[in-house]
Amino acid sequence: MSEIKKIRAPFDEATARGLQAGQCVLISGTIIAARDAAHKKMIEALDKGQALPVDLHGAVIYYVGPSPSKPGFVIGSAGPTTAGRMDAYAPRLIREAGLRGMIGKGYRKPEVVAAMQEYGVPYLAAVGGAGALIARCIKKYTVLAYAELGAEALAAMEVEDFPAIVVIDSKGNNYYEMGQAAYRQLA
Amino acid sequence: MREISVQHISDAVRELAIQACCILPQDVYAALAKSQESEPSPVGKSILKQIVKNADIARTDAVPMCQDTGITIIFAEVGQDVHIVGGSFEEAVNDGVRRGYSEGYLRKSMVAEPLFDRVNTKDNTPAMLHTRLVPGQHVRLRLAPKGAGSENKSMLKMLIPADGIEGVRKVVLEAVLAAGPNSCPPLVVGVGLGGSMEMAALCAKKAASRDLASSNPDPRYAAFEEELLELINKTGIGPQGLGGATTALKVHVEFCPTHIASLPVAVNINCHAARHAEILL
Ligand code: SF4
Repeated sequence: MSEIKKIRAPFDEATARGLQAGQCVLISGTIIAARDAAHKKMIEALDKGQALPVDLHGAVIYYVGPSPSKPGFVIGSAGPTTAGRMDAYAPRLIREAGLRGMIGKGYRKPEVVAAMQEYGVPYLAAVGGAGALIARCIKKYTVLAYAELGAEALAAMEVEDFPAIVVIDSKGNNYYEMGQAAYRQLA
Repeated sequence: MREISVQHISDAVRELAIQACCILPQDVYAALAKSQESEPSPVGKSILKQIVKNADIARTDAVPMCQDTGITIIFAEVGQDVHIVGGSFEEAVNDGVRRGYSEGYLRKSMVAEPLFDRVNTKDNTPAMLHTRLVPGQHVRLRLAPKGAGSENKSMLKMLIPADGIEGVRKVVLEAVLAAGPNSCPPLVVGVGLGGSMEMAALCAKKAASRDLASSNPDPRYAAFEEELLELINKTGIGPQGLGGATTALKVHVEFCPTHIASLPVAVNINCHAARHAEILL
């Protein structure tokens, strides 16, 4: 495996564009936790011409809905959820709000990849089902907005060496396709 | 006639829920550890390593290995010589789920109704309870929490006998390809053959939650399980869909007698968090 690259979030343009499909990274800094309901609310705000409750310029959104945290823990289990459910919203957050990166699991729609290429945004995968391991990389969890959504609230996560793999880079190279093609033995 | 109190049943379900979500069963752990050695892709290998480490952390910290602690599926076998005392069996089971999910800090992922309001029941009830009456004086409870990432990729096709083995292969492969990375491979694939529509689905669910060390007792079906596993691992999907030879850890097939004109095929996709816990009361 190529050497593991350490990067910081939020992403500056050079970091976002410099990531290559297939690269393993460790992310430190601040990422934004949001999934279905928070996305829906952000899009509603954009529709009404309102400002988003957080500035997404340079931000990296992590698609996650953690389990409740035990006393003494920062957060419960916090692995990625299926990114595809956010496909309807992601292009607008990229185009209209300056979103710079996404972390989740699973395939993305061509519309999302098109917006990613246009604006230089990478999509990374965290290991689905590795929620306990990922939780240990989350040092602080602060709800920023939509607290009424509980585990689905919009939140800031301070992370240290959060492991992820670049799946679709800002040039549109797709490691799901590349990696699978390398090991496919079916006619 | 043996008496078992509803309290005893509820306590058992509570324990099973927490145990299943936080401690990866030994059979699954062993299969994952073994796959680390055989996986040729370096990225795949590192993912499998993370998954095994995750299971270790979950056990040590007593936290769920995956935040999607699922819809609670319970197979209950109730001995017909058991008298359940003190209340309703189904309520006792749901009470156990309620306490297990709140006291065990598990995520509550159930909505009361699927189409209009989708309001969360806030305690993960009701369990999907499949109860069978069996001879004897014991109650066996098997609890298998199931996340949506894998459950959503399950599939049912009503084939006809002429579709035969080739037809079954195609359906299984179609389901695995559609699941791709979304179901968190390496997968455990449960295949249910025969019966009626709902019986095929139930067979698939049972197959998906069977112990990984087991194979179908009928040697023809055991061989078919192996063949399907080989086929699935040729797709190249690999760990997390990022390429490799470990797309599935295991394929289990369960079958049921069926109609002369039917060949139902159900595929229940399970993820590497193939959680299950069992108790005999
Ligand atoms: S598919 Fe399984 S491992 Fe992946 S997020 Fe869902 S429950 Fe967890």
